[in-house]
Amino acid sequence: MSKFKKKGEGGTPAISTASLPDIVFMLLFFFMVVTVMRDNSLKVQNILPFADQVEKLDKKNLIMYIYAGKPSPRYQETFGTEARIQLNDKYASISDVQQFIKEERLSKREELRDKLTTALKVDKETNMGLVSDIKQELRKAEALKINYTTKQGEASLNLE
Amino acid sequence: MAKRAAPEVNAGSMADIAFLLLIFFLVTTTIETDSGITRKLPPIDDEQEEPPILKERNIFVVLVNSNGDLLVEDEIMEFKNLRQATIDFLDNGGGLGDEACDYCQGPRLTSSSDNPVKAVVSLQNDRKTQYGRYIAVQNELVAAYNVLRDREANRLYNIDFTEMEDDYNDPEFQGDKDKLKERIGVIKELFPQKLSEAEPKR
Repeated sequence: MSKFKKKGEGGTPAISTASLPDIVFMLLFFFMVVTVMRDNSLKVQNILPFADQVEKLDKKNLIMYIYAGKPSPRYQETFGTEARIQLNDKYASISDVQQFIKEERLSKREELRDKLTTALKVDKETNMGLVSDIKQELRKAEALKINYTTKQGEASLNLE
Repeated sequence: MAKRAAPEVNAGSMADIAFLLLIFFLVTTTIETDSGITRKLPPIDDEQEEPPILKERNIFVVLVNSNGDLLVEDEIMEFKNLRQATIDFLDNGGGLGDEACDYCQGPRLTSSSDNPVKAVVSLQNDRKTQYGRYIAVQNELVAAYNVLRDREANRLYNIDFTEMEDDYNDPEFQGDKDKLKERIGVIKELFPQKLSEAEPKR
């Protein structure tokens, strides 16, 4: 009787899955790192118009966002359906735009300040009056680089 | 009695938990970059300068009224014809002598623009115009410029203008950026984007 008995009868040993969690965690961390949570919760309806002659807006940290459109359905009871501007997380009036631009500028490093672009995310049903007012305020604030943010698509889709 | 070893915690479900989190982040991740039409606003001049006098024929008036109708040079136009009409206007090259345009391929009408450098597209809108319409028109006007710039870039350098710009903005582009910048400058000089956005009339 041998003391060292052969265990089992050969056969391939099961592949260890012990490192599976590690692999998954690695993926998890990757996605956690690249995820950009929306920093603004939208309070306005924001269906962007279509355009196909577009330029990409890279450098996310150099963009100031101005939203405009009519309030989302759940705010319509309190704020009505008149189109409004949203800066950061709050509804704002046209006179707040200049202050907003100033604050955004101050929060950036000095050498980057004149590279800032203002992205106008405006709902396609908004009247141009409001947009023109915003543009006028931006001119006063000397934030002259603007970008009408659009969705990729044929421009004729806007006419429907 | 032998001391019993603490039972090992079963880590088999760890992967499931991690997967759950992974899927959550996968779903919430939006790796999107915004894109849009980039424009430059005119600065506000404090001193009221006399605006330069432009010839009527060098101004191409595009008006989008409150109903979203398109009026080009006081005539109603279908949206789909706008791009071609703008190209025709810019590329007309009706100038003589100093104002002649040797690269224009238009019919050289005396009723249309002298040359692309002089030609101004004036986009006007009403306060009640819908933003979507305005962007659509804006897009067509930019498209018209891009068509012409592409044509010239192809003629001079055998490459699309839009492609040159993409390359120029691409940080990983391997080629000669200074040369590219110069070429872009040349094309922009041939067809400068003179698109004036007037303040809306009430």
